[in-house]
Amino acid sequence: MDLRQSLEMYAKEIRKYTIHTIATLGVGHIGGSLSIVDALAVLYFDQMNIDPKNPKWPMRDRFVLSKGHGGPAVYATLALKGYFPMDLLDTLNVSNTNLPSHTDMNKTVGVDMTTGSLAQGFSAAVGMAISAQIDHAPFKIYTLIGDGESQEGQIWEAAMLAGSRKLDHLIAFTDYNKMQIDGEVGLINDVSPLDKKWEAFNWHVQVIDGHDVMAIRQAILNAQAYHGKPSMIIMNTIKGKGASFCEGKVGSHNMPVTKDMAIEAMKGLV
Amino acid sequence: MELFKRQLRDIYVDLLIHYAEINPNIVIVEADLMKALKTTLFAERFPDRAINVGVAEANMIGVAAGLANMGKLPFTHTFTPFATRRVFDQVTLSIAYSKLNVKMCGSDPGIMAQLNGGTHMSLEDVGLMRNVPGMTIVEPVDGVQLEQLFPQILNHQGPVYIRLLRQEFDPIYELGQQFTLGKATTITSGQDVSIFATGIMVKEAVDAEKILRSEGISASVVNIHTIKPIDQEAIINEAKKTHAVVVAENHNIINGLGSAVAEVLCEHYPVIMERVGVMDHFGEVGKKDFLMEKFGLKAKNIVDAVHRVIAKKEK
Repeated sequence: MDLRQSLEMYAKEIRKYTIHTIATLGVGHIGGSLSIVDALAVLYFDQMNIDPKNPKWPMRDRFVLSKGHGGPAVYATLALKGYFPMDLLDTLNVSNTNLPSHTDMNKTVGVDMTTGSLAQGFSAAVGMAISAQIDHAPFKIYTLIGDGESQEGQIWEAAMLAGSRKLDHLIAFTDYNKMQIDGEVGLINDVSPLDKKWEAFNWHVQVIDGHDVMAIRQAILNAQAYHGKPSMIIMNTIKGKGASFCEGKVGSHNMPVTKDMAIEAMKGLV
Repeated sequence: MELFKRQLRDIYVDLLIHYAEINPNIVIVEADLMKALKTTLFAERFPDRAINVGVAEANMIGVAAGLANMGKLPFTHTFTPFATRRVFDQVTLSIAYSKLNVKMCGSDPGIMAQLNGGTHMSLEDVGLMRNVPGMTIVEPVDGVQLEQLFPQILNHQGPVYIRLLRQEFDPIYELGQQFTLGKATTITSGQDVSIFATGIMVKEAVDAEKILRSEGISASVVNIHTIKPIDQEAIINEAKKTHAVVVAENHNIINGLGSAVAEVLCEHYPVIMERVGVMDHFGEVGKKDFLMEKFGLKAKNIVDAVHRVIAKKEK
């Protein structure tokens, strides 16, 4: 199995367990979870310097999911990576769970920042990268924001600071799936042109296919090698990618997912 | 004697620099008001540990959360309204909910924004911060108290909101006086009424006590420098002794120190009480004396309130 096949296999497994996790509960943020899966596969199974046996290792790379509602995809990734047992994935949002809708570092082993109120995770990631910059640290801070989330003013406050401070410890992704709760991003409050915006904020910008694991990997390698600017990797993605019942559908932000729907979706992921 | 002559900001920044020499994790996060609090002096001493995010308070709080998440000990600085109401979601979630250890300093509380006027007057900041689980709220009254409380704030594990007077202060305490975070300080102990005060209202309470004494009324004056968690024991013990309480604060009477004291009394030892503070009004432009007069924050207002609670008690 070559690297592409291997990463695609991990992405497929993360997708299956993300769907399983949400279907076990019966409802969840399926669309925006599935659109970030390929990036998670590359980060956690190829690029990030982390140790599931030592989740608080100070020299590790960090990942902040600023669009915290993608929690189910992160949980599936962390379980597959070995941070906690796979059967914990059956506990999404059940009473007293350690797997809440939105990622919480005080509840879930392997989560690096508590997020959920949009744009706040991105600011925190910038603060984490400033810390790394002050300490001349050898690790990177990775963060992922949504396109709808990019309508928040705080994203641009943090973006301006990161560009101004030349924070090359920071590598960010935008999940540009072009859909938000109420409809299409372009029709509600168009964030385009994203690439020109980030360039104007003094970032190193790449635009890629967010479902091509090798393109994601190459973009991360490029970002790691680029000095003097923070990096933004704009990933063109499809909301609900990989699940036939919701792929490319606006209503997939937070929707009911039955066991039958999950079984049907799994057939496409064999 | 230096502590009595200088502005509170000078003492604050000196303390910050002093402890930053010892603790390399201390960093400051600023939003273009370094010159107001003179944290520029910290930046001169530790340029790499002073992060000015520009005019972007929400990001200031988020960046501070990120720094704390990496093991740094951030102090954020801005004016009280921008330290609280402007960034309430960021303070609540990025810091408190995330259990991150950030110290947030707001300067020029309440009417002390003076000529900056209504837009810069936080008469609700204590109320906001009181509602955040795990938040500690401290309002140091003078240089002696600030110097004593600062290392305790530093060593406290968890978010702290420091409600800091920036400029001239009325010296209340003698050098060497000891203070404990979370414990109220009795300035005078009386038998007829208990006056609880914080911030600039401590001086008014002290003045009121002298007037009351001349009238034959014996008043306790208790300085509550830690508004949350509040010193329940001190409040209950005073109420048991005097059966009449007046609370004085430079804040809306809703949800500030008066409300906090009322909650303790109602649940543990109900006695007659009154609140002296801003009567649910917005602030406005003016100098301290004008505003204290206009909003009823003078010693005479405390004296009047004491007369009323004593009259009610005796009915």
